[in-house]
Amino acid sequence: MKPPNFLYARPDTLEDALRLLSEHGTGAKLLAGGQSLVPMLNLRMAEPKLLIDMNRVAELSGIERENGKLRIGALTRHRALETSREAAQAEPMIARAAREIGHLAIRNRGTIGGSIAHADPSAEWPLLAVALDARVELRSTARTRTVAAREFFTGPFTTAAGADEILTAVEFPCAPQQSGFGFQELCRRPGDFAIVAAAGRVRMRDGRCIGATLAIGGADATPRHIAEIDRIVAGSRGEDAVVREAAAAAARVLDPSGDIHASAEYRRKMAAVLVTRALREAFASVAANS
Amino acid sequence: MSTPGFHQRIRFSINGRIVEREVPVRQTLADFIRDALGLTATRLGCEHGVCGACTVIVDGASVRACLMLAVQADGAEVRTVEGLAQDDELSPLQKAFLDHHALQCGFCTSGFLMTATDLAAHGAGSNETEIREALSGNLCRCTGYANLVDAIAAVLKEQAAKRE
Ligand SMILES: Cc1cc2nc3c(=O)[nH]c(=O)nc-3n(C[C@H](O)[C@H](O)[C@H](O)COP(=O)(O)OP(=O)(O)OC[C@H]3O[C@@H](n4cnc5c(N)ncnc54)[C@H](O)[C@@H]3O)c2cc1C
Ligand code: FES
Ligand code: FES
Repeated sequence: MKPPNFLYARPDTLEDALRLLSEHGTGAKLLAGGQSLVPMLNLRMAEPKLLIDMNRVAELSGIERENGKLRIGALTRHRALETSREAAQAEPMIARAAREIGHLAIRNRGTIGGSIAHADPSAEWPLLAVALDARVELRSTARTRTVAAREFFTGPFTTAAGADEILTAVEFPCAPQQSGFGFQELCRRPGDFAIVAAAGRVRMRDGRCIGATLAIGGADATPRHIAEIDRIVAGSRGEDAVVREAAAAAARVLDPSGDIHASAEYRRKMAAVLVTRALREAFASVAANS
Repeated sequence: MSTPGFHQRIRFSINGRIVEREVPVRQTLADFIRDALGLTATRLGCEHGVCGACTVIVDGASVRACLMLAVQADGAEVRTVEGLAQDDELSPLQKAFLDHHALQCGFCTSGFLMTATDLAAHGAGSNETEIREALSGNLCRCTGYANLVDAIAAVLKEQAAKRE
């Protein structure tokens, strides 16, 4: 249970980090909060030749609001997002989701960029990024590009990022006026990874829904945006029958797999339950806010 | 930036004392604290972040010492359970653990104390549900959690009363 031997570098700038990454290619691994990577090193599931520690790259952390977007630096810790007023004002679901991640000591170190790059299908940040249609910024020595979160996750623990790219920021849209969110997670104990989770937002005008977005985590190879839900709930007042129809539609399109935590069938059923709860919560919160 | 290597010289403060050593970069902070510094109150249970026995405070925030490399503590201020008592006077949390019988074998105790020290330092409320949630990252295999929750609640309550 000890890490393997590796070389260690601690660049102070993003430029140096990118250069090291391009020189060492797939033999190098980036170290962010270390809350997923160090367990893998201890278990010898990862054996990099070089570890590039990004913790001193100051330009990678921070939360900034501009042009209706909330830009979060990759190295921003879960705990900072849980307690940030700026983030809570722009998109309250961020603090709500952050609380569910592991435990205090994990949140004090773990980073949003690390979580999104790691791409655990049950993790909160990937779910939120897909639910809210966030964009992921990637940099290499050659270029900067942004990818929609809905296209970034390509499978369990697999993403569209290249071996020479560093995830530098995540950009969430700010929550629109007259909208409400629902965030529901099923896990055995506080701090566990979700067995299934659902996150969504509904927008209303004059008591009717004018748009909805919802995604489910833990019930497929990646967090799944359920596009049908928008069609089903748009125009409604969030009546029970509509919510139930949306939940059934979600359960139909998911392709969960079973593991020691839960069977595939249980996950599918729970996904429907959590969609129901999340939509009810979202509709109720708009009503409460207006 | 120095060139990548297998060893690095680090300097940091632990419980108020400055240490300067050359460390293998693969060594975890927990192993460094225990083996190189001989501060063995920091325990290793699972070595993958799950049990909380290795919890220490780095720059004011509780962290898993098994998930941090010693080299990453360079320049930091680290506190372990050995640093809680002041001149042989136990900290309020340590005293409360004694008074409430919050330990039996003691293996998990340092981790719980460091987590609770972080809670107390950040003005956490003494509500039982919140305390239980905050303790969810620390496992105890013998005491059961009731006495731990009571001990920590007593200290947080007293702290809140003093603030008013
Ligand atoms: C006990 C425990 C409980 C946990 N519970 C939860 C939970 O409930 N929900 C949850 O979501 N997570 C949970 N986690 C995981 C935690 O959230 C991690 O912090 C997160 O998954 C990874 O982020 P990190 O910053 O720690 O990344 P690291 O561990 O440093 O890195 C993870 C991976 O991402 C790569 N990487 C990191 N940063 C970048 C970047 N900027 N660009 C490109 N690649 C990068 C690394 O090379 C590595 O492959 C838990 C962890 C533990 C130990
Ligand atoms: S030994 Fe570090 S969390 Fe268990
Ligand atoms: S007192 Fe023995 S494990 Fe907690």
